Amino acid sequence: MKRPAAVLALSLVTLGGVMANARLVAPTISDAAITGSGFPAKLSDYGFFIQPDAQVPNLGVHPYALNTPLWSDGAEKLRFIYLPEGTQLVADGEGLLKFPVGAAIIKTFAFGEGEARRLIETRVLLHRADGWVALPYRWNAEQTEATLALAGGRLDLVTPAGETISYAIPNKNQCKGCHAKDGQVIPIGPKARNLSVKWMAQMLDSRVLDRLPPGGATMPVWAGYSDKGPVEPFARAYLDVNCAHCHQPGGGASNSGLDLRWEQADPHAIGILKRPVAAGRGAGGHDFSVLPGQPDKSILLFRMDSAEPGIAMPELGKASVDKQGVAVVRRWIAEME
Amino acid sequence: MNRLALAAVLLATAAPLAAETQRVEPGDGAAQRLQEALILAAPGDVVELGAGRFVLTDGLSLDVDGVTLRGAGMDGENASVLDFTGQQGAGEGLLVTSDNVTLRDFAVENPKGDGIKSKGADNIIYSGIRVTWTGGPKATNGAYGIYPVESTGVLVTNSKVSGASDAGIYVGQSRDITVRGNLVEYNVAGIEIENSRNALVTENIATRNTGGLLVFDLPGLPVMNGGNVILRQNVVADNDTPNFAPPGNIVASVRRGTGVLVMANDGVLIEENAFENNPTAHIMVVAYTQPFTDERYNPYARNVIVGFNAFGRGGDDPQLDGKEQLLAAFGGALPPVLWDGIVEKDNGLKIAKGVTGWSLNLSKPGQSLAEAQPGPLMLTPLESWEFPEVGAPAALEARLK
Repeated sequence: MKRPAAVLALSLVTLGGVMANARLVAPTISDAAITGSGFPAKLSDYGFFIQPDAQVPNLGVHPYALNTPLWSDGAEKLRFIYLPEGTQLVADGEGLLKFPVGAAIIKTFAFGEGEARRLIETRVLLHRADGWVALPYRWNAEQTEATLALAGGRLDLVTPAGETISYAIPNKNQCKGCHAKDGQVIPIGPKARNLSVKWMAQMLDSRVLDRLPPGGATMPVWAGYSDKGPVEPFARAYLDVNCAHCHQPGGGASNSGLDLRWEQADPHAIGILKRPVAAGRGAGGHDFSVLPGQPDKSILLFRMDSAEPGIAMPELGKASVDKQGVAVVRRWIAEME
Repeated sequence: MNRLALAAVLLATAAPLAAETQRVEPGDGAAQRLQEALILAAPGDVVELGAGRFVLTDGLSLDVDGVTLRGAGMDGENASVLDFTGQQGAGEGLLVTSDNVTLRDFAVENPKGDGIKSKGADNIIYSGIRVTWTGGPKATNGAYGIYPVESTGVLVTNSKVSGASDAGIYVGQSRDITVRGNLVEYNVAGIEIENSRNALVTENIATRNTGGLLVFDLPGLPVMNGGNVILRQNVVADNDTPNFAPPGNIVASVRRGTGVLVMANDGVLIEENAFENNPTAHIMVVAYTQPFTDERYNPYARNVIVGFNAFGRGGDDPQLDGKEQLLAAFGGALPPVLWDGIVEKDNGLKIAKGVTGWSLNLSKPGQSLAEAQPGPLMLTPLESWEFPEVGAPAALEARLK
C-alpha cells in the first residue's frame, strides 16, 4: 500500500501526546510482506505501527476488541485488523468475518501497566493467496522491535495476579495448533457474535465492514459478569473462546469427541456425563467431563484448575490458572441439574 | 549446492527437488535449533538428530509432509534421546500433523503427557522409536507412548515403550494399520487398537503390562465401528503389573493379568500367539460395559475368532470376585478364554477346535457381574474361517527399505 506521507502526518496531529515521540515519516505498510511467500524477520517489516512501543496503528490498521476474550495468563492483548486499500470485511452471519487476501490480524501481548507495561510478543496472521500463515514475533528489551521467533521461546514474568511464571511464546506450529481446522490455518477471534455492535457500526461507517450481520454481538461481555446474574452464557462463551478452537470437529482435539462450541446443543458433546477417552492422568480420578451439580468431580474443571503440564487445559498458552474463568465454570456446573 | 541454486538447475528438467538433510546436534540451543529445523524443512527433507541427549522444556511439532526425523539410535551410548524430564508445556513430547512422515531411531524420555502423537497424519511410520518413563510404572506418567490417531496408513515397528499410564502403543480412530515387532512392557495396556479398522498386530512382545493387547470400540467418538483386527504371532506373557492407570480412564478397569482383551468391535481374529502366565485370563472377550446414549454405537463383540494359539500357564490368580470358588470349580486354574457370553445374534464368539474357556453367561451389555452364572464355554468349534488380510499399505513397508 502506498499512501502519501503527508496524509499520515496529518493524522498524527490528532494523536496528541504521542506526537512528540512519533517519527516524522510514518512507515509504509508492506503488502508484499503480507502476501509474499517468506517469513519477514522483523515486525517493522510490515509497517503496521506508527509507534511500535505505544502500539499506535498505521492507517488501514483498525483496533478491535472481543466481548469474551481468550485468557492468556492475564496478558493485556492489543488486537488489530489490517485491510488492503479498497477491500472490505464481509460479514457471514454470526460467524467469522471473511477477510480478503492481503488482510492481516495482529495481536500483541503485554504485561504491566502504565510506564511499566512491556510488550512481550506480537502474533500475526497473514492472509495469503494459498491460505493463512501464523507467525510469532518477540519484542526486544528496548521495546523498539520485535523479531521473528519461529521456534517460539520462554521468559519469566509476573502475571497481574502476582504469580511468577515461565511464559511460553508459541512456535509457528503451535500457532497452527490452535488456529487449525481440517488442517488449514484460520482466524479464531473475530466472529461477529463475539464483537460489539458499536465496533461493527464504526467499521460499517468507515466502510471497513460490508454490513451489520444478524446474530452479531450475541456473546456476553466477559467484564460484565456478576455472581448475581445468569451464568450459563458466560460459561459457554468462555468455553467456546478458550477451548473450542481445539475441541470441535476438525480441530486439534477432535478425537476427544468433546465439542465446546457456543452453538453445540448436545449435552454429551459438551461433556455432560461424557467419559474421558485419552485424558490419562488429566482425568484426575473422575469419570465424567462434566458431572451436573458436582464441579469437583468434573474433569473439565479439574483440568482448567491445574497449571501442571500433562493435566492443564488449555495445553498451550497457559502457565497459571484463570481464577475467574474457573469460578464461572464452577458455578455453571454447580447450578446444573 | 543450496536449495535455491539447485532449484534453478532442476527447473529446466522439471525434476523434483532433491531432499536435503539438516543435522541437529544436542547442546546449547538444541531445542530451538531442532524446532526451527522441523518448521523450515521442505517435503522430502531429512532432519537428522546427532547422538546424545536433547534437553527440552517444550513439546516439539512437525507439520511438513514427507519429512523424515531420524536419530542415531534408540538405545545405547549412541542413542539420540529427546529428554522431556523438565517439560513445562504442551500435551506431548512430539506432535506430528502432516502426512507421509517417517520417525526412526531415536528415543523420547519422560514426557509430561503423551510421548509422540500423530494426528490426522496419514501414512506415518514409527520405526526404532523408544518411549520410556524412566521411573517405572506410575499413575503420574503420561498416557500414551506412541499415539497415532485419526490417520489412514500407520506402521509402528521395532519400537519399545514402557511406563505408559494408559497404552504403550495406542492406535485410535484410524485405518490400515500394522503394529509389528515391538516390545511393550510395564504399561497399563501394552498395545491398544481403539475405534480402528483393518489392523494387523503381529510379532510383538507384550510383557509385564496390566493387560497385553487390547482391542476396544468405544461410543461417543467421531470415528467408531472398529473391527477387522488381527492379533497374530505375538508373545503375550507375564502381564502381571497391577493396574496403575489414573481412575476414570477406561483402561483403569483392565484386570491385572489380562493377555488379550477385546471389548465390542466387529471382526477380531486371534491366532498363532503364544500366551504364558497371564494370571487373570489369556484372552477376554466382552461387550462394552458402561451405559451410553450414542445411537451409532454397537456395544457387542461381534465375529471374534479365537484360532489356534499356544496357551501356557494362566488364569491361576485371577483378579476377579469369587476367585477362590472359581479356581476350585475349574481345578486350580481358569481355562484360557474368558467370555461374557453376551451375543447380539449369531455373530458372537467363535473358536477353533481344542480351544477351551469359560463364560459368565450374561445376556446383555452393561449387566451386573453379580448376575454372572459362570460355566464352561459351550461353543461348536469352527471347521475353518475366512478373515480379510489387513494392515498398513505396502508402500509404508517399502519406505523403510
